[in-house]
Formats: sequence, structure tokens, C-alpha cells
Amino acid sequence: MSSLSRDDVANLARLARIEMTDQELENLTTEFAVILNAVARVQEVATTDVPATSHPLPLKNIFRSDVVIPSLTPEEALSGAPASEEQRFRVPQILGEEA
Amino acid sequence: MSALTYEDVISKYEPVLGLEVHVELNTNSKMFCGCSTIFGAEPNTQTCPVCLAMPGALPVVNEKAIESTILIGLALNCSIAPFSRFARKNYFYPDMPKNFQISQYDEPICVNGYVDVEIETDEGPQSFRIEIERVHMEEDTGKSLHVGGSTGRIHGADYSLLDYNRAGIPLVEIVTKIVPGTGKYAPEVAKAYVAELRDILRALGVSDVKMEQGSLRCDANVSLRLIGSEVLGTRSETKNVNSLRSVERAIRGEMIRHAERLNKGEKVVQETRHFQEDTGLTRSGRSKEQAEDYRYFPEPDLVPVVPDAQWIEKLRAGLPERPSLRRKRLQEQWSVPDKEMAAMINADVLNIVEETVLLGADPTKARSWWLGEISRLANEKDVAITALAITAKDVAEIVSLVAQGELTDKLARQVVEGVIAGEGTPAQVISARGIKVVNDDSALMAAIESACAAQPETAQKVRDGHLPAAGALIGIVMKETKGQADAARVRELLLGHLGQSGN
Amino acid sequence: MIKNSAAEMSAALSSGATTSVALTQAHLDRISEVDGKVHAFLYVDTQGALEQAKKIDDARARGEKLGPLAGVPLALKDVLVQKDVPTTCGSKILEGWRPPYDSTVVTNLKSAGVVILGKTNMDEFAMGSSTENSAYGPTHNPWDLTRIPGGSGGGSSAALAAFEAPLAIGTDTGGSIRQPAAVTGTVGVKPTYGGVSRYGLVAFSSSLDQAGPCARTVLDTALLHEVIAGHDPKDSTSINAPVPQVVAAAKSGDVKGMKIGVVKELNGDGYQAGVRQRFEESLELLAKAGAEIVEVSAPNFEYALAAYYLIAPSECSSNLARFDAMRYGLRVGDTDGASAESVMNMTREVGFGREVKRRILLGTYALSSGYYDAYYGSAQKVRTLITQDFNKAFEKCDVMVSPTCPTTAFKIGEKADDPLAMYLNDIATIPVNMAGIGGMSLPSGVAPEDGLPVGFQIMSPVMQDQRMYSVGAALEAALLSKWGAPLLSKAPVLGGVA
Repeated sequence: MSSLSRDDVANLARLARIEMTDQELENLTTEFAVILNAVARVQEVATTDVPATSHPLPLKNIFRSDVVIPSLTPEEALSGAPASEEQRFRVPQILGEEA
Repeated sequence: MSALTYEDVISKYEPVLGLEVHVELNTNSKMFCGCSTIFGAEPNTQTCPVCLAMPGALPVVNEKAIESTILIGLALNCSIAPFSRFARKNYFYPDMPKNFQISQYDEPICVNGYVDVEIETDEGPQSFRIEIERVHMEEDTGKSLHVGGSTGRIHGADYSLLDYNRAGIPLVEIVTKIVPGTGKYAPEVAKAYVAELRDILRALGVSDVKMEQGSLRCDANVSLRLIGSEVLGTRSETKNVNSLRSVERAIRGEMIRHAERLNKGEKVVQETRHFQEDTGLTRSGRSKEQAEDYRYFPEPDLVPVVPDAQWIEKLRAGLPERPSLRRKRLQEQWSVPDKEMAAMINADVLNIVEETVLLGADPTKARSWWLGEISRLANEKDVAITALAITAKDVAEIVSLVAQGELTDKLARQVVEGVIAGEGTPAQVISARGIKVVNDDSALMAAIESACAAQPETAQKVRDGHLPAAGALIGIVMKETKGQADAARVRELLLGHLGQSGN
Repeated sequence: MIKNSAAEMSAALSSGATTSVALTQAHLDRISEVDGKVHAFLYVDTQGALEQAKKIDDARARGEKLGPLAGVPLALKDVLVQKDVPTTCGSKILEGWRPPYDSTVVTNLKSAGVVILGKTNMDEFAMGSSTENSAYGPTHNPWDLTRIPGGSGGGSSAALAAFEAPLAIGTDTGGSIRQPAAVTGTVGVKPTYGGVSRYGLVAFSSSLDQAGPCARTVLDTALLHEVIAGHDPKDSTSINAPVPQVVAAAKSGDVKGMKIGVVKELNGDGYQAGVRQRFEESLELLAKAGAEIVEVSAPNFEYALAAYYLIAPSECSSNLARFDAMRYGLRVGDTDGASAESVMNMTREVGFGREVKRRILLGTYALSSGYYDAYYGSAQKVRTLITQDFNKAFEKCDVMVSPTCPTTAFKIGEKADDPLAMYLNDIATIPVNMAGIGGMSLPSGVAPEDGLPVGFQIMSPVMQDQRMYSVGAALEAALLSKWGAPLLSKAPVLGGVA
């Protein structure tokens, strides 16, 4: 069964935006080997003719009408903001580009 | 600097295009919540737990957005999927509150359509069919203001301020299949495609389609391959293309840039680039060490969309007239020669001319104002015609005033100038500037007599039959009346006064 | 007074024997007295609770018609948002956050006049089976304070068992209502998926999460079920159908002629002897009450745990992405020149605990390009197989039953370093969430070897929740006869209150 290298785990941490310590990466690499081995058994029965289930119930076409309902006030919207300025959320400098 | 000309490029390479257009729908409320979508509101006044992605909030699909998307698919000759689903596109960015975007992945709502566009080539008009791969729904992001840098751009900024009013507004993405075979006309074909899409969307009434406001956005993918080759070249994606003109320039620019690299033996980098309005060139986006893995999976908080076949047929029956059919119809109605029609389409004035005609103006006059004087003024100011202050209503009024004899053509031009300068409506400009045709014959006669008295020799020449001499006398009268007399009427009265019939 | 059931308290309020304010104050006093030891509560809303109690008393005095649970106190798992009240989900990343809105569950509780005493402790973001993963310290099982109260909703179940509240709300994704109920000797129900709105339930695994009622008796649980359940247009996955008649079923407790399916695969090795013993006894009691016991098989259940530990982490890796220090919650590292990215990374490192980080990474992996089909995709197929197993089995029986979990409450710290051993606590409860059906746990006694509570699990088909309540009430009545007094009266005395 496939196992993950420490670099693989570090890459996952990067994708998940978590700044992990070396010790954490070590521990996770070991744990993942065990966990992945256990969960991989889903492949034993997941043959091509079995459809996947995304929802327990066969619901469909759940919509709302295009009607405006009251929003939060800006004070409520910003109430939890770590920082704000001019009624906007203030965030540190963004390095990356929008996708 | 580029030593390569466009001709150099197309003599060796042929371009392959791919166009992605994002349309902001004009629904009253957002895609997944009931917040208003009105443009220009105070920051963060149109947000709620759902579009702010607060813990515990859940999306609910806007039915009108589904309807609009199906209409778009039908107008683009697509098949409507009997079963489609939303999916999460996972990536982190501060303007996207959930840090995933609810979009569609392998089960989009519309697939496999086409759009036909016509452009002018050296050999005359030529038609191209652009195939549509898919049309799907997603949601827009918030808006960031980058503070502290010198350009207001993200690079060099100290921090950013986020307004989430726009977050969650419905977006429809229209993706073409690859478009080969355009040859040197790639830029024109791309422009014509976006223009046609815009007209179709406007006719459907599903969006404001204002590129300047961002309700219609185009990303252009370009790659080059050697003429005759089957192998596709590496493509680059260009974003921030905010006008039809920019679509054309961006593609032309990218073709040249690719060719320069390839000629030097360098590889084209597969990347996202940003179009610079001022230079017409593209700038590289921040390079990513690794491609982003979006980890798409079906959106568990939403259920599948299974459009009822009857509903689809009802929508199909209600589709408005196709833009190309509309153009043919207008051309016939207005008796416009092909070349003039093409000129109107190229200058993007067809809609505003039609608007003017619908307000009562004669089509030829309407066309001549918009394509003539107003276009000239727009070029002088280096802006789009639609960016000028003058509206169809204004022009219709001016045409009407001229037809009634209240204005001469010359005076009308002054009024147009005044409206464009921001002085108000035609009536306000006429009033403020004191523009008035002097219609009063007795006043004109007084001026005529005074002119004849001032230049008796000239008047005598006219009496003797030397008609061209009348011009000098007319000039005096015009000066006397501050140019507000109708020159033709003056001439008529003058000649009559001097015993000559008007010629 | 606090030892009564909610139904009894409601009767006392209706008759005027007590007031809601007095009842609420009695519970607040109890919390002050014992919660230092139990640590069921993360926040006690003294002022809000007494205000709500007074409102109900005034309404009652005016002769207004009130619902059956009006004025009765309740403990709310801290994963449900309550406006202006601290909601942490047991995590540091939401420390001090006060939501500007109410979850639908809370809206329904307030409309019914229920008095919310405060927010209860839980495994961080509902990930765990012991409440040891709470960033605010574990909760202690009132039966033995050195032992876990179950998880992730250990606070709610402990509050019930310690008589700090007669009612509680929990949430269940893989067993987080039922397993704590089992190890604390209380009752807990996970309704059919979609039966209770998830709007305002901070998402862990969206296609599995469900809020549910918890109490000390089956009838109390049914009364609470009817208050919180129902269609919600703000939740696209919510069922648009009438709430099943669970109170009527709980009151009748009639199982004559019902077929009860014993799941072969959920009662074998690995189940503690006392757990199995109590299970067999309960089956006998149900048979005596007129039910027919049949054996059913669910061969794909053995894959349920593996599938769950792919689906849940995958969904949570996406659901928890919103905790990025930008709009609410913790922000660290915002010093000169720090980028948004580094603030995000640091905040999530410091704000999330070990189990949460483990599952986020596991989920990120399971969804990655190239691995999706093998992991997440395959797990979703196992889900279909499990649903098919249930459907086949329910052709032969009206409800299915099993022990709720393999063991009684283990010691705090005993399994903390062994994730896989911890995950095995959910082996009998997980299949229920995978298929979206209803599941209940009620006490079936204590295990003779350790004197700790054992739970009996009842599973009902989609939208047939009332069946669980019929069977549960029947068993409860039979056991009460056998014991002579409620099980919890045998729990150790905490704080000296008789």
C-alpha cells in the first residue's frame, strides 16, 4: 500500500495552510502509514459497478426564490474581525495571486 | 523591444485559442443567499453568515440563477444536462471566504454548444464557428483594496481591506473548446466572439454585461504551433482583459510574445499573465512553484439539479431573437449598405443607434450622428462612445429639433458638443448657450438690408445676376446673427430682396 | 427537583408547583456545585438563562399557551451557534467568538421556550470519541471522574448524568451522541439525516453531521426531538416532510409484533463481556414484551470504519478551511511585514489541536488529484454498499439493534496516543451515519466487571424515527421494572446532593 514520505506530508500541510513543526511532521508521517493502511481496504469492495453516494437522501432541485432578504449590519458582519478599517476587513499583505 | 511584426508571426505560426468568459448574472439576490446584489453599495452592507462563510452557515441555490444559466446554454446551442451537481473547488485566498468556491466540475449544467461569428477578412466576410465546451455556475469573490503600495496594486501593498458585498454573486462561466483555424484573424475572431456573447447575453436580459464594471470578464488562452503541425504548443492564459479592444490587443500581443520566445529556441511558460491596458502587453503573474490542486469533490451541502424537460422547452420557446438575425432585420429596415452596417458593428454603435431610432429618430440621421460627429469626438478624447455623456434620448431630441427647423446642422453640432462636455440635456445646453435659430423673417430682413447697405457694390452685383457674390452678404448676416440664422433661408430672402430667385 | 425528568419538570411548571426561574436557578446552583469536577460546561449563560426563564414564567402567568418543554432548562453542545453567546466548538481558534446569528436548532428551542443554560464541552470540532480533544480540557464521566464521558459530545451527556440539566442537544457524525449516551447511562438520538436543520451547526462532515436530542429518559428525548426537528429552507439537505410522531411512539412503547434485527457483524469479538451480557438480556426483555428477534447480516459493515475515516476527514478538510484568521476567530503572527499567508499558517497551527490537524491532512490527501478515486471515491462507494445492506436487512425487520459501543468508559488518557484504537469506539455507530438512518442509544444497565454503564443501540430506517422510540420506550420500561429505579440513581453521588 502506498505510504507517505515526510515531504509528502509537508506538502499536504502546505496545501492545508498549516505551519507544522518538524516533530509534528515526523509523528504524522508515522501515523499516516498506519491509518492509510487501515482505510485503504475500501478499495477491496469499491468496484466500478458500484455507484458512489454523495447524499444519504435522494433529494434534488432544492431552490430559493430570487428575493432579497435583510443582510447583517456592517457592525454585525465585522463583529468578529481580528482587524478592520473603513468598514472593511483588514488583512495582512497578500503575496499570492487570485486563481 | 519587439523586432517581430505580426506579419512575421503569422507567416510561420498559427494560433490556437481558448476563451473563458465569466458573466455576472443580474439576479436580485446572490447565488446562495438572499443578500442584495446592487452594485456600488457601502462596503459590507450586503453580507450575511452565508456569504461571509461564518461557521455553521449553509448555501441554498437561487432558482433564477439556474434559469438564467439554462437560458444562456440554450442560446449558445448547448445541451442541458439532465443531471448536474455543484462541486467544491478548494484553494485559499482572502477574497474567497470559505476558502473554497462552490462551482461545478465534471457535471456542468450545459455542454457542447456553438456560436457563429462573422468578421471582415481580405477576402470579404467570413464566418467562424466557435464551439462551446461547457457552461457552468459558480460564485463571485469579494473585492480587495490594496493599501500602502504606490500603485494600488497587490505588489508592494502593506495590507489589504476586504469588502464582501460581491462575494457570492452568481457567475456563469462559458468555456470554449480549443479554436484552431483562425490564422491571422485570431484577434478579430476572439473580439467578435466576445462581442457576440455580449449581445446574446444582453438580449437574454440575464446580465448587465458591462466589461468596464466587471460583469463580463474574459480570460484568453493562446498557444502557437508551426503552420501545418498537429502538435499543440504551450498555452498562456491572460486575465484582466476588460474591453473588446483589449481582447484583440491581448491576443495579438501574446501571439507576438510567444513567437519571439519560440524563434529564440526558448519554451513558452504555461502560466497566467495579466493584461496591461496602458502598454497592451502582458505581465507575468506570480509564478507558482507547483500547480494548485483544487481537490474537487461534490458539494455535500447542496443537492443535484435535475431540470424538468418541460421547463427547458418553455425556456427555449421564450428565447429572444438572435443577435445575427436582429442585425439582418435592422439592416433591411433601415436600408443600410453592407459597408455602413459593418462600420456600425465595428464601432459598436448598433445598439445605441437602434435605441435612438426607437425614440423616433430617422435611422439615417441617427446613424450619421453616432458614426460621424459623436465618434469623432470620442476618438478625440480617446474613450469609448458609450463612455460619453450623450445618450440616445439626447440624440433623438437633437434630430427632432433639426427636423423641425429649430436647429440647423451647425447649431446641432454645438449642442452635441455641449451635452458631451457635461453641460446638461440638449434643452439645457440650448438655453444656457442661448442657441436659437433665427427664424423670424423680419429680423432676418433687417439684417439683410443692413448688410446690403454696408456693401452696396456687392448688392448691386447680385442684382445684376452675379449670384456667387451673395456669399459675402450672407456671411455678414450670419455674423450679425451670431451664426444662428438658417443660412439657406438667409440666402433665399436675400436673393428675393435683390430681385433674384433662389438657385 | 433536578433529579426529575424533563416531563416531570414540565408538569410541575404547568401545575404551578414550581417556576422556571426557580428550576433554572436550581440547575445553575447544581452546576456551580459539581461542574468544577465534571467540567461539562464551557460557558454558563446565567443572565440569559434567568431572563428566558422569567419570560416564560410571565407568559405562563398571563395564561398564554405554552409548549410542553417551555421553561425547562437545557445544555447546548458548543458546536451550535447561539447569537451573542461564546461558541468555541471546543477549539482555541474560536476562543471568545460570539456569533451574530442563531442556528435553527436554537431558534426552535427559543420558540419553544426552552431555557438554554450554557454551552457544553466537546472534542474539538466534533472530532473524537472521548472529549479529550477539547482545547479547554476534558470532561469527566460522573460515574467515575477518572474516566471519559464519551465524545465528541461528552459535555452534554455528562451534564445529564450529573443532573446539571434534564435536557441536552448533541450532534452525531459517527456516534458522537450515541456513544457518550452509552458510557454515561443516558439517552441520545441521532435523527434521520435531514430531520434536524444543520443551519448554524458548525460543519465537521457535512453529509454525516446531524444534531439530536439527549436526555435521561426516552420520553424526554422524544419531546425534545419534536421541538428541534422539522424542515428548514435555509438547509438544502433538510427533509421537507412532517416530523415523525416520536412522542406518541415513546408514550405507547408498543413492540408487539415488531421484528428486531440483531446485526451479526456488530456483536462479536472485541466487545467487552459485560457489554454483550447486557445486550443479550435486553433482547430477552424485548422478546418478552412481544417483539420477534431475528438475525440479520450486513457484510459491508466491516468496511464502514475505513470509509468513514476517509469521508469525514475529506469533508472536514474543506469545511475547516474557513478558519483562516481573516474574518473571525484567532489571529496570530500579525507582526510587521507578516503576510496573510503566514498569518493563516501560524494561526491554524496554533489554533487547531492534534486530532483536527491529523484529519485535515488526511482529508487533503484523500481528495488530492491522483488519489481521489482510490480513497474518497472508493469510500463513497462503500457508502452505497452499506445503504444497500441496511435496505436488505430492513426487509426482514422493523429496527436493527446492537450494543452501542464495544466497551464501557475507559480511563482518561488511556487511548489518547493511539488514534486507531480511539476510532474503534465508533465501530457500531458509524454505519448509521453512513446510510443516513436514525440511531438511538439508551442505557441497558452496567457491566458487572466494572460497574460502568452500557448502551443498547436501536437503528430505524430513513424517516421512521418513531420506531426507535417505540422499542426504546418498551425496553426502558422493562428495565425500570427490573431495576426498581432509574439507572442513574445508582451513579456515584457528586457534590453530596442526594
